[in-house]
Amino acid sequence: MFNHINRTLWAEFAAGVRDTIPLLLGAAPFGVIFGALAITSGVNWWAAQGMSLFVFAGSSQFIAVGLIDQGVGLLLIVLTTLIVNLRHALYSMSLGPYLKNLPQRWLLPLGFWLTDETYAVTIRRFTSIEPSPHKHWYMLGSSVAMYTNWQLCTLIGILIGSQVEDAKTWGLDFAMVVTFIGIVVPMIRSYPMLISALSAAISALLLNGIPNHLGLFAASVIGIGAGAISERWNSQRQPVAEEIAP
Amino acid sequence: MTAVEQILLIAGMTLVTFSIRYPILVLVGRLNLPPSVFQTLRYVPVAVLTAIIAPIMLMPENSLDLHPTNAYLVGGLGAIFIAAWKKKLLLTITVGMAFFFAWRLITGS
Repeated sequence: MFNHINRTLWAEFAAGVRDTIPLLLGAAPFGVIFGALAITSGVNWWAAQGMSLFVFAGSSQFIAVGLIDQGVGLLLIVLTTLIVNLRHALYSMSLGPYLKNLPQRWLLPLGFWLTDETYAVTIRRFTSIEPSPHKHWYMLGSSVAMYTNWQLCTLIGILIGSQVEDAKTWGLDFAMVVTFIGIVVPMIRSYPMLISALSAAISALLLNGIPNHLGLFAASVIGIGAGAISERWNSQRQPVAEEIAP
Repeated sequence: MTAVEQILLIAGMTLVTFSIRYPILVLVGRLNLPPSVFQTLRYVPVAVLTAIIAPIMLMPENSLDLHPTNAYLVGGLGAIFIAAWKKKLLLTITVGMAFFFAWRLITGS
């Protein structure tokens, strides 16, 4: 009995790791470039690794290193970090209801490890119709995989960074694009969902010039609002088709 | 930047990032929010993930690029087609990646 439960837990954990592999590939060059960039910007090696260990938020780490390079002050960098990472609040709001019965020893690490990538694969698992009381183990697997990968890639960047600085042009970032497409497209099963996706895409393109990912955050909020509002209109005209089941 | 400044910077960045991720995660589960909030939150994955990838696909060099030499756009459209047709994640990833790299090779981009 105990063994059986243990096996299910580890199966969830392993599935979380497995489904995150393409996203590890996509994040890897950025981890390496971050490590390299930090060193060339005059950040100490332990601080570069420390940032990956404690902050663990790729885009804000990149922007921080860029700002350090320009001689921007501490407080402004911290404030920028807050703005860049605002979208994580949306992820927390979205995942919170699925995690509400977990104790703090689960919520603390899962909260700390929340990234775009882990959110994307995990929300797909939580909204899947397959019943399982252990879906948080899936999230743990995805989180641990992302965290380990980010630490190793940062270290590689610190050690041999200058030799692989063109890693950005390899196209590995496309792995994230296809994975997100594979997650999002099957979720679009109603007109409000389609309207949400289209308004988010158009707003993201129009607001792309706004610095510090503020455009991304605004486009996300616009997309969420457009979806919710059109759903309300839709349901006033006709009973809404349930879209939880595939 | 001095060592002390770097430590303070990491501490500050850690604090703000964690404060965005963790407290909301706990609060949303604890508060008795009206059903309309949860109804709205169902749009989070579609809206945010689309907002992340749309500029990468259509503006890989930070300006709108609709040319067929833009492998991010062509590969992305191929992946959207596969995802809509087969609804299989792993298939979308492998076919999409293969298509993307083949397109880069063919167009020399």
